[in-house]
Amino acid sequence: MAKSVLKRALLLVVTLLLITVLAFIAFQIIPGDPTDSILGLEANEAQITSLRAQLGLDLPPWQRYWSWLSAFVTGDFGHSYSYSMPVTELLASRVGVTFTLATMAFVLIVVISIPLGILSARYEGGIVDRAATTLTQLSMSIPNFILGIGLYYVFSLLLRWFRPEYVPPSQGLGAHLWYMIVPALAAALPKSAMATKLLRGSILGEMGQDYIRTAYSKGNSKSSALWHHVLRNAMIPVVTFLAMALADIAAASIVVERVFGLPGLGQMLITSINNRDYPVVQAIVVLVAVIVVSCNFLADLLYRAMDPRIEGR
Amino acid sequence: MKKRNWYLTVGGFLTLTMVAYILVGVFWTPYNPSAINGADRYAPPSFLHPFGCDHLGRDIFSRTLEGASSTLTIAVAVLAVGFIFGLIIGALCGYYGGSADALIMRLCDTVTAFPSILLALVVIAIIGRGKYNIIAALGVLFIPSFSRLVRGEFLKQRDRDYVKSAKLMGVSNLRIIFIHILPNTWPVLLSGLTIGFNNAVLSEASMSYLGIGVSPSEPSLGYMLSDAQSVLFNAPWYTAFPALVVILLILGVGLIGEGIRSQMGVAS
Repeated sequence: MAKSVLKRALLLVVTLLLITVLAFIAFQIIPGDPTDSILGLEANEAQITSLRAQLGLDLPPWQRYWSWLSAFVTGDFGHSYSYSMPVTELLASRVGVTFTLATMAFVLIVVISIPLGILSARYEGGIVDRAATTLTQLSMSIPNFILGIGLYYVFSLLLRWFRPEYVPPSQGLGAHLWYMIVPALAAALPKSAMATKLLRGSILGEMGQDYIRTAYSKGNSKSSALWHHVLRNAMIPVVTFLAMALADIAAASIVVERVFGLPGLGQMLITSINNRDYPVVQAIVVLVAVIVVSCNFLADLLYRAMDPRIEGR
Repeated sequence: MKKRNWYLTVGGFLTLTMVAYILVGVFWTPYNPSAINGADRYAPPSFLHPFGCDHLGRDIFSRTLEGASSTLTIAVAVLAVGFIFGLIIGALCGYYGGSADALIMRLCDTVTAFPSILLALVVIAIIGRGKYNIIAALGVLFIPSFSRLVRGEFLKQRDRDYVKSAKLMGVSNLRIIFIHILPNTWPVLLSGLTIGFNNAVLSEASMSYLGIGVSPSEPSLGYMLSDAQSVLFNAPWYTAFPALVVILLILGVGLIGEGIRSQMGVAS
């Protein structure tokens, strides 16, 4: 166990390094020079040369990679071209909204999918099951942003349960969290649908196993077999799925932030891509990559901890 | 024939309807999709304009026809790129195995761990907007997941008796891969293609919605939805119809995929 975990951890570090190398190279091959976007086109040769030296652009690539990486791990993500402020400060002011959105979305996925999955497997073919199957199929077919626009129209414009404009935390934490419910729902619903489907299938698969037949023969009712024997095993793929879902929540939050005008990392990413503000794009991409890879590592560890049959591989 | 496969019936019907709708749009649109008409600004749906008009008085029905055909073209092209390369890589990896297989699959796992839309945004940030850049970016990003799928199927098939006997008869490896094994993997590959199609439509629409998709001069459902959002309350039809087109496109193909899986007893 310890050995395979160590091996995984080593692989994690290698993957992270590979990602930083790729992210570095990717933003090196962009046509055009960052000095153009800082100084404008009317800059003279001397200005450009001095700025290049100041930014370290005259050094060989591997030296630049090294200084970029060593600054990055200490939390110095460089300087934004268009905002003329450190990227770290820029991101720090926006990470909160995205974090709140992702956390709420994750909680919603768990709260929606687990009871629904259990219910529809317990009463297979019943009303809840059929309704859930139809709803999951439908919500998997609706892109996050269209779902977001739809929810916004119904709950904020027609029913007016929520304010139509973004409510920052400075106007009260309660009001802020209340506003964030609809965006979180828009990010969470398609994933909840998939998780429900997965849990339902997983429970039904376990129900047909020999050990459940044994549990029945020892006098367990269907419910007690489900709660005491099936669920523990049926949850294994779902927990892995949930850990991996964090990556998709990150992707969904990019569009959802746009729909609801949330000033988070996703909006920052889009603005920076449009402004060709590459240090910001690079920082966000590497940060998301680190989160994604770490989540997968965590999913893998959880999987191993829950199912001791998996060793090595 | 046991129970009728409703997934396939409904999905097939929806998809055929959508394809017919898009094909009509290729040859005929009721109005010029980019004709501006000040008198019809935000005209609600009527007999003359079944889907209403947008902020420039352009006919939304004509624009969804054109936008949907652009979305469909991009999705099909993305699938073609991702599937052809994925098929070759996956088939070779699954059939031959070895350390090259292990390395390539590790790489594929790393790429598929990331949401494709995020990677596509980064690629577009680097190579710029436009229809062909989107196809290239998404197509390349789809290769790893197809490779994984194909490889898994080839791994299951390569030790079967029919493959062994073909080998004994001296059939070449390439012939075994493409003539003997490939036809047996179609059900799984088809269901994978339906999922890929939906991801492609979803990614293209989302990227255009974010303004980082096809160039703004090209018609696109994503751009329409982005424009429509500011007038959501006063002109809800401007959002509703393009959204409906995207949803029906995804739903139809998704149901077909579900139908194939239940028909063949393949786990999703």
